[in-house]
Amino acid sequence: MKQKQRDSDAQAAAVPANELGRRWRLGEKFIESWIYLAGLLTIVVLLGIIILLIKEGLPIFFDTPPWEFFFGTKWYPVSEPPTFGIMPFFVATLWVTIVATAISVPIGIACAACLSEVAPEKVRETVKPVIELLAGFPSVVMGFIGLMLLSPLVQSVFHLPTGLSGLTAGIMLAFMSLPIIISVSEDALRAVPDEFRQASYALGATKWETIWHVCIPAALSGITAAVMLGVGRAIGETMTVLMVAGGALAVPVSPTEPMMPMTAAIASGIGNAVRGGLQYQALFAIGLILFILTLAVNLIADRVLERQKRKFQR
Amino acid sequence: MNVNLEIPEKKETINDEVRISVRDLNLYYGDFQALRNMTLDIPENAITAIIGPSGCGKSTFLRLFNRMNDLITGVRVEGIVELDGVNIYDRDIDVVELRKKVGMVFQKPNPFPMSIFENVAFGPKRHGRKNRVELEDIVEKSLKQAALWDEVSDKLGQSALALSGGQQQRLCIARVLAVEPEVILMDEPCSALDPIATLRIEDLMRELSKNYTIVIVTHNMQQAARASDMSAFFMMEEDRAGVLVEWGATEKVFTNPQDKRTEDYITGRFG
Repeated sequence: MKQKQRDSDAQAAAVPANELGRRWRLGEKFIESWIYLAGLLTIVVLLGIIILLIKEGLPIFFDTPPWEFFFGTKWYPVSEPPTFGIMPFFVATLWVTIVATAISVPIGIACAACLSEVAPEKVRETVKPVIELLAGFPSVVMGFIGLMLLSPLVQSVFHLPTGLSGLTAGIMLAFMSLPIIISVSEDALRAVPDEFRQASYALGATKWETIWHVCIPAALSGITAAVMLGVGRAIGETMTVLMVAGGALAVPVSPTEPMMPMTAAIASGIGNAVRGGLQYQALFAIGLILFILTLAVNLIADRVLERQKRKFQR
Repeated sequence: MNVNLEIPEKKETINDEVRISVRDLNLYYGDFQALRNMTLDIPENAITAIIGPSGCGKSTFLRLFNRMNDLITGVRVEGIVELDGVNIYDRDIDVVELRKKVGMVFQKPNPFPMSIFENVAFGPKRHGRKNRVELEDIVEKSLKQAALWDEVSDKLGQSALALSGGQQQRLCIARVLAVEPEVILMDEPCSALDPIATLRIEDLMRELSKNYTIVIVTHNMQQAARASDMSAFFMMEEDRAGVLVEWGATEKVFTNPQDKRTEDYITGRFG
């Protein structure tokens, strides 16, 4: 009698459990397809952007041959006939990025090494969030700081006719990419197993030698990623360079000249461009080149990392 | 593996020359005392095994000799550790110089993520040897000493991480030998290895003990009995501080222990 009672109890309990399992699987299916869709959407949007850039930008080459477009030094979109040579913008982007990278990479890696290897835990815990907070600084504000504080300084130190120059923009960009370089490099350095440090110290290496010859090489893939993120930010940053780079249209021979990087050229020109007109197409073509540039930076970084991985892993 | 506790052929006499002497040593992690009143001599060109249950401070004790405990914040050392008559805890001791003299092999093989060559050349390079030919000589000599040369001579440029665990541990030994130390500390060097690799390392230790003073921490009683000349048995007291129960020739400690606790431990009654 009792046995029977228990059996029927078990049956009563089993039904809802089964039902629950079915619902659970349904929910699982739903979430799975939702994630799948979200992933697909990202790819579709990305492809859409690329197609748009190509569709809007490429027709400029029917008017201006690629040779003239890339190596032309005159950008006169509204004269008659208009000329579209992007050399001044391209060289400007190059200068600004070189200055920004030259400043931010050594300082960034040094800061990261200092935070992860030297600073006491308490200092690290307070400094790191503050640095990461700086990454969220609006670029317009950085532009203001560049205008008000940095450009007079650059002008007087280098005895320039104007403080608005590629150098000023590069320094500002260095500041802006520093947080990301520091933060990501620091993570990479902290991920280096302590065994390596111990082994190094036990062999009689100093702290500095351990950082330089063991920790940084072991974290190199993460540090490279950090540098690429930083460089990517420097290439793509618009508002700050628009405000402090000076906006001159000549091909800059030195970083101390005022100049107009590609992003600034697009931002300042697009408002006046007639939709579908030649200038409009030319600006989109610049956008396309920017896209290819950042893509190339990422691909090269991937290659470097891949080669390094193959060399030093099983 | 041979499990009986019979002691294989040993050096007839243990060198009386004392290389390291520890006197009245106390070590604290903050308020916690990890080692209490240790007094012990370590003979030259012999293998001294430190045995005892987990947590009794064996590794901490080993790390005294190359001052690796300095890397942990809040460590305080009282007492004297003399290496060749010089107290290594004196204020004017150069820790880097000390670590050149006292090499260390860790529990888990920890080669750097670099090539085999670079791993062995790491120490000499840090100590100012930059000449390529000279480095090649050092690397070859060290790898031969560590009985690894025949297995890796044709792939020195390959990643050290591609080697097997036993090979990696011998590489770590070669890396230590390349610095030309006088004392080698080994912290359970075989605990991550299989029996065959373990025996190879033990053979290697025997070979090295002709010219080096070796101190090894081990959990493996057979290993201590097989491979060491001297043994020191550690235990912990109720407050978890490590104490030295007994030390002397391995043969004596294992066959005729003076302390009941040693006997209980080596016969497997606890621990």
